[in-house]
Amino acid sequence: MESPNTTKPKTRLSNSNLLFMIAGIIFVLMYGFALIRYPGSFMQFQTFFDLFNLNAALFIVTLGLCVVMIAGGIDISVGAVCGLVTMACAMLLQSGAASIWGALLLALAIGTAFGVLHGFLIAYLEIQPFIITLSGMFLAQGLLTTLHKDPINVTMPAFVALRNYTIEIPWLGTVNRLGYFIPCEIKPGVIVVVVLIILYAILMKWSRFGRNVYAIGGNSQSARMLGINVKRTRFFSYVICGLTAGISGFVYLMTTGAGNIGNGALFEMKAIASNVIGGILLNGGVGNLLGAPIGTMTLLTINELIRAAGVQSNLQAIVSGLLLYLFIVLQSIVMSLRGERKFRIVLPPWLKP
Amino acid sequence: MSKLKKHINRSSHLFLPLSVLVLLIIVNLIKGADYFRITMVNGAFYGNIPNILFGASELVILSIGMTLVTAASRGQDISIGENGAITSAIFVWYVLNAGEVTLLTILVGFFISCVAGILIGAFNGTLVSVFNVQPMVATLILFLGGRSIAFMIDGKVSPILANEISNKIGTVIPGIPIHTPIILTAVFIAIVAVVLKKTNLRLYVESVGINPSAVRLNGIDPKKIIFLTFLIMGVCSAVAGFIAVNKAGRHDSVNLLKFIMMDAILAVALGGNSLGGGKFSITGSIIGAYTIEMLNRTLLRLEVNPEAIKAFKAVFIIVLMVIASPVVRVFVRKVLDKAKTIGKASSLSTPDSRQMD
Repeated sequence: MESPNTTKPKTRLSNSNLLFMIAGIIFVLMYGFALIRYPGSFMQFQTFFDLFNLNAALFIVTLGLCVVMIAGGIDISVGAVCGLVTMACAMLLQSGAASIWGALLLALAIGTAFGVLHGFLIAYLEIQPFIITLSGMFLAQGLLTTLHKDPINVTMPAFVALRNYTIEIPWLGTVNRLGYFIPCEIKPGVIVVVVLIILYAILMKWSRFGRNVYAIGGNSQSARMLGINVKRTRFFSYVICGLTAGISGFVYLMTTGAGNIGNGALFEMKAIASNVIGGILLNGGVGNLLGAPIGTMTLLTINELIRAAGVQSNLQAIVSGLLLYLFIVLQSIVMSLRGERKFRIVLPPWLKP
Repeated sequence: MSKLKKHINRSSHLFLPLSVLVLLIIVNLIKGADYFRITMVNGAFYGNIPNILFGASELVILSIGMTLVTAASRGQDISIGENGAITSAIFVWYVLNAGEVTLLTILVGFFISCVAGILIGAFNGTLVSVFNVQPMVATLILFLGGRSIAFMIDGKVSPILANEISNKIGTVIPGIPIHTPIILTAVFIAIVAVVLKKTNLRLYVESVGINPSAVRLNGIDPKKIIFLTFLIMGVCSAVAGFIAVNKAGRHDSVNLLKFIMMDAILAVALGGNSLGGGKFSITGSIIGAYTIEMLNRTLLRLEVNPEAIKAFKAVFIIVLMVIASPVVRVFVRKVLDKAKTIGKASSLSTPDSRQMD
């Protein structure tokens, strides 16, 4: 391809976009390897869509956590809040007292309540985010077990209809052995994921709030000197994260259809790992929001690959840990080489994000 | 008076954990006056206080290591429970394969597990110091994969450690009234205290946490110091795993020291340490660790619904952190100063009262 950048001045790629590019390349390589190694399963488009169908909640949680991580904070309560929301909504729906919209409102309310609590304590009272969100996690887990201990299967007809509702893509699909054409299916949760990704990407890239988030994550002192309201920005980053966790809880319920104590367990760690693979650093200020879904897809592809390889279940955790190790080291080496000005990457303008 | 004030100022970081401890003791005394009663059963002390000391022994050791890691690397090690599970799996594997169990095999097993802990610490420490990865992300790897490694070392579901010496280490040695884990913890604390007193470790760790580049300009390699703290953390987790497995009598790779990193980080924060690195107080962390164990047992004693214990714990921690938060502290100080000046003004206007003083 002819690159038309010869006349225009070259600009250095920012760290965020470099890390994002590494994440993208890793994902493409990963999926390409999967396609070549296991063409039977990975060649089908449905396999790709199932990554989204089954893990829509994880994608959403990762998005919310991404905003907080760019702002230089951390929220480890997201998984527990997600679990609490599934249980609360399942109980509400099962009691027959409210419609699906009522349950959705409840989900948003719980998520926002946790977000506001965390945001207020962390931003305005300046308490360490780790401790506050840790106690938020304990609180959500405690409330979850207090609400109900046994799994609740929602049998409300309207909700079951929503759960089983699938959107078929008529022009995409596979022909099975009998010669029937099976179109690909996506769940409503996937649409929520896509909408949220677009919304958040716009929010982080073009809104004032998004720029402020990057500024306070990079250096909150200089951000304050520039006249940014650091506390308010930090507060709203946690509120958004909580709200997203609430939405993810509802989507989780839409996927599984049952409230359970184990719902959303270890989501926080998976989300942190996805964000790190996606090039969003825990230090804050660095990262592209689109890295969050790419990181999640990479993590899920790894898991699918390991499953497809038929590795013993205990080795699965070790192998995925090792792959995570490789990614982290790779990222670190690229960043440090760049720091020493060993190489420069210049993107042609048509590829510039 | 001024001396006392200075002393209070110097140890103000201990104010939070100590006041919580006092508060918990008061709550417990209200619940039942016999809180401090210690009974002698089979030549060993039992009661609420010995139970707390016994139960918190692993947590105390881990929180010591966590304090050092936090102070130097400005981040937390979240894989400590998994590290303990791996090292204790190696210990159990050695002891079960060594044939006859004597004190020597236990000691050799313990040293092997310590070496394993150091290796794990080196793994985490390399990632953090050489590759510049944030500690939480670096230790996430072992957090996700560690239990599987421990399970694979175990080979079978949960090997049982049934021998005389392990039993003694886990409970009591006949003739000594104090539980062995308490003694081991005390010895460990003493060793750490001596090391901190006699070496420059505290100075180096604190200065690396405060400003790594300034430290580098002064001729200390911050990477080495961070690496060293992770090695110490590895030894701490090995010792904690050793105590935990001897207490339990069997190695359960899934549940041994599960989620203890949350409590250890909490202990560090309760002890008045900043999670952002810099100055640290081991004493505070130790008191914080005992406070958490006490809190858990107090909630059980108050007959809180077991399902709701976590929620109560969370509310308690939030309230505590709000009280100790810098904003609230500054606000309270302002209010107190105002009250003092008003009091002074009123005492100036009435000279009689000044004479009374």
